[in-house]
Amino acid sequence: MQHFIEFRNVSFRYREDHPWVLKNVSFHIGSNEWLAIIGHNGSGKSTIAKLMNGLLLPQTGEIFVDGMPVNENTIWDVRKTVGMVFQNPDNQFVGTTVRDDVAFGMENHGLPREVMLKRIEESLQAVGMSEYERHEPHRLSGGQKQRVAIASVLAVSPELIILDEATAMLDPRGRREIMETIREVQRKRSLSLITITHDLNEVTQADRVIVMNEGETWMEGVPRDIFAQKDALQDIGLDTPFVTKLAAELSGAGLAMQREPLNHQELLEDLWTLHSKM
Amino acid sequence: MDITFQDVSYIYQPNSPFEFRALEDISFHIPSGSFVAVIGHTGSGKSTLIQHLNGLVRPTNGEVIVGSHSMKAGEKTKDLKDLREKVGVVFQYPEHQLFEENVEKDIGFGPLNFGVKEEEIKRRTREAIQAVQLPEELLDRSPFDLSGGQMRRVAIAGVLAMSPDVLVLDEPTAGLDPRGQREIMEMFHRLHKEKRLTTVLVTHSMEDALRYADHVIILNHGKKFMEGQPKEVFVNEKELREVQLDVPEVIQFLNKLEQRLGKKVPYHGQTITQLAKELAAVVKGREAHE
Ligand SMILES: Nc1ncnc2c1ncn2[C@@H]1O[C@H](COP(=O)(O)OP(=O)(O)OP(=O)(O)O)[C@@H](O)[C@H]1O
Ligand SMILES: Nc1ncnc2c1ncn2[C@@H]1O[C@H](COP(=O)(O)OP(=O)(O)OP(=O)(O)O)[C@@H](O)[C@H]1O
Ligand SMILES: [Mg+2]
Ligand SMILES: [Mg+2]
Repeated sequence: MQHFIEFRNVSFRYREDHPWVLKNVSFHIGSNEWLAIIGHNGSGKSTIAKLMNGLLLPQTGEIFVDGMPVNENTIWDVRKTVGMVFQNPDNQFVGTTVRDDVAFGMENHGLPREVMLKRIEESLQAVGMSEYERHEPHRLSGGQKQRVAIASVLAVSPELIILDEATAMLDPRGRREIMETIREVQRKRSLSLITITHDLNEVTQADRVIVMNEGETWMEGVPRDIFAQKDALQDIGLDTPFVTKLAAELSGAGLAMQREPLNHQELLEDLWTLHSKM
Repeated sequence: MDITFQDVSYIYQPNSPFEFRALEDISFHIPSGSFVAVIGHTGSGKSTLIQHLNGLVRPTNGEVIVGSHSMKAGEKTKDLKDLREKVGVVFQYPEHQLFEENVEKDIGFGPLNFGVKEEEIKRRTREAIQAVQLPEELLDRSPFDLSGGQMRRVAIAGVLAMSPDVLVLDEPTAGLDPRGQREIMEMFHRLHKEKRLTTVLVTHSMEDALRYADHVIILNHGKKFMEGQPKEVFVNEKELREVQLDVPEVIQFLNKLEQRLGKKVPYHGQTITQLAKELAAVVKGREAHE
């Protein structure tokens, strides 16, 4: 697999008199892969995101985006490749209306007007905000702001999208719908996706997970293997999804589970199989 | 403190082309000491509603009464400072309530403003940072040089340090890590009981609403859609769907189980361990026969 993003021995601290917040971090993400990054508060997740599009530069180590080393000279090309949404989009809004805001990102990419118009419509539709296109982004509800910020990134259609708790203010259903929209894009074209989240159910759907702990990569693997580490995850401030917990309790109650179920569907299948054998 | 909404409507930017009706004819009563969850889809009016509680916005129509304070359209609210001392609000985005040069001053800002003595402020600050589990070495850091979850903790600590009678929480666990989400909700619940607070929680977590609230108010497009006890409200999967909400995950799962295995395991507030025992019995075909 071709590496779309690579971190090579990256260390970072915000100031010389501050502690290191990333310590020798190495990982990569492939084209069209969905990587979830989880970890306790302050473990370094957002710092990783900011390093990826050159908002911050590391003191040691190297970062590559689509083959380009991230530095002062490549920053503008890197930013065209990487679309990023943070939890609080207030600082990201530039337009005076929702519509302008979505248009703004595309203007730097020199897209023809018809394409722009079409994409504005499509991306606002995709996040359920078409009705609000004339509203001021700052005068929206918390969740509406997040939806618009995501629409703006979708419209630009970058090769990598980083969502840093970008759906934290949405209800579970809203979150699922937005993630479904993005997966739909991923099915149509090559898109690398990094989600930074505390939502464990969302993490179960990722291709791969990196667990951060105190500035270090603590574990890397597929969701099933990660969530098998129940006690260890609890120790570092994390947890496992409802289904994983229930499955563990069911084993405790004398039902031997064949695998680590990750969602309702899998657990129900397992229960059905056990039931029909009884 | 008792809280009453009487036919409250709220319009943003009235009489302008941008006029927007965010709340419409809302009435309800919350007796002192209740723990109320306010839920509803994106943009349903939750944050607008709770901003009435400390007089940040005044109703366009109708009346809001909090304890002895009344807020009405067109009338200046008396004793606003006293109201703000008693009603502590944790906003949806912590950035909106942080502004001091360092974390310690930020947490102490509320009490200082209300004339609390320095010694007492120090004591409350220490207590608050313990309650939110913020490392002490962050106290002299700028509140903006923190991670998202750390900022959230500072914002919560600042409200705790005010020692309010009414605690208003707008998505207080967004941005907290899973352990933090659990522990901080437990902390609010403990405080609520120990200090007999009145607590209003806006949340997207149906689990938290189910576990902590004794009353739930559901908003839909600015109107009150439903209210009642969590256990009654949350079994209504179909009705909640209509207003784009999910029932708590455990109830979703039990409903699917009924479809898949044809076995009904009712939800009655059991722990996950209890639930597993009941499920195991059902799967093994040894459930108590009805
Ligand atoms: N602008 C800044 N200046 C100084 N230190 C910072 C700054 N931003 C973050 N930090 C510190 O760097 C560490 C890592 O922060 P980061 O924001 O990467 O954490 P995170 O994993 O995203 O946490 P959260 O889950 O709370 O968002 C934290 O200890 C934080 O206090
Ligand atoms: N300052 C404002 N000016 C104009 N309209 C606003 C303003 N703030 C919110 N609104 C609108 O009022 C409605 C209610 O917003 P509110 O913030 O109360 O929703 P909410 O239920 O808290 O949503 P969320 O779950 O997304 O935070 C929304 O449709 C929003 O667009
Ligand atoms: Mg972060
Ligand atoms: Mg809100």
